[in-house]
Amino acid sequence: MRIAITSSGTDLDAPFDPRFGRAAYFIIFDEETETWQFHANPAVEAPGGAGVQAAQFVANQGATVVISGDFGPNAYRALSAAGLAMYVAPRGEPPSVRQLLHQYRAGTLQSVAGPTSRGHHGLTAGTR
Amino acid sequence: MRIAVASGKGGTGKTTIATGLALALEDRPVLFLDCDVEAPNAHLILRPELIWRQQVDRPVPVVNQTRCTGCGHCAEICRYHAIAVMSGKVLVFPELCHGCGSCVANCPEAALSEYGRPLGVLEAGSTKTGITFARGVLEIGELSASPIIRQLKKWAVRTELFPHALSPEAVEIRDAPPGTSCPVVETLRGADFALLVSEPTPFGLHDLRLIVELVHEMNLPAGVIINRDMANDGALERFCVEANLPVLMRIPLERDIGQALAAGQPLTAVRPAYGMALRNLFEHIQLLEARGIRT
Repeated sequence: MRIAITSSGTDLDAPFDPRFGRAAYFIIFDEETETWQFHANPAVEAPGGAGVQAAQFVANQGATVVISGDFGPNAYRALSAAGLAMYVAPRGEPPSVRQLLHQYRAGTLQSVAGPTSRGHHGLTAGTR
Repeated sequence: MRIAVASGKGGTGKTTIATGLALALEDRPVLFLDCDVEAPNAHLILRPELIWRQQVDRPVPVVNQTRCTGCGHCAEICRYHAIAVMSGKVLVFPELCHGCGSCVANCPEAALSEYGRPLGVLEAGSTKTGITFARGVLEIGELSASPIIRQLKKWAVRTELFPHALSPEAVEIRDAPPGTSCPVVETLRGADFALLVSEPTPFGLHDLRLIVELVHEMNLPAGVIINRDMANDGALERFCVEANLPVLMRIPLERDIGQALAAGQPLTAVRPAYGMALRNLFEHIQLLEARGIRT
């Protein structure tokens, strides 16, 4: 299984990035081989639709689990259509990507059943 | 003659100038376009009777699931990321769609078509003094102002609405939105002259620089009005000299002007001298436009 984690840096000890669509990097961890790769987020500077673009990217990487701090309505809709399971990190001091991975495997991360914010697009995105 | 009144910074007096100019040119056929479709307010000064209405739709793609093979080409092509293809299924995000039609035109299976989603309305009518007035109003929650402005420009110049559309004496005045983004570009596109309203503040100057850059890029002749003029460090004027921008008019920072505008009165009603000044301004603009002077 492949797990995508939003990260502010390029290795497992970097603090995770609480944003999804505008995350700096995605770290894709492969549980079978215990290896990981980092990818710069292609949506980081998108003028709009970052959540959708990032979701498409993560899905194309073959991830089935995504861990971030926040999923807006567009990202949520796209990721759930692809059947990806979403988890959010606890609030507070941002843990490292490695710590989040441990928490996920220990089953202590909170899964997400709907958008966790109203989105960040325009003035009224996500209100309907 | 089409004059677009723009500023970069908001609140410098675009609508004050645009409405004042429309009223000052009473001996000519005037078409006034309120292009600030996100927050139109020129009607508060000109008080037209709006009798024409036209709905504006925005084309948004819809998928024919039986034809779609889930190839993902539409998602790759959409520069606004309004489409995702997840597990072979096309997802459309209508709020993000700009209606460019690229996905429909490029679908290899012809599985995409378009339907119209309400984007806003166009409204038009006349003022008591005979100005033809038209405006666009963007639907609340919609994000793309440019298509409304594009439609407004086309819709209002039909002779049905503006009988003097083809007269060489006709003047079209466009009140632009603030900023320098797409809606402002759309307002300036097709104009003959950009009338830039600024104020002697650091913000006024900063945003004037941006709009001058845009006007230069669009190869439009331009001139500046310094509004709320007061003792200052001269930076705004130095910039106008450096950029070869004529300062066409100054309006001092005076309490009675602010009070009159807040009460819904036009600049020309505050002091009749402004009517004369604005007619002179128009003649000056005609000369500059005829000479084709670019900044």
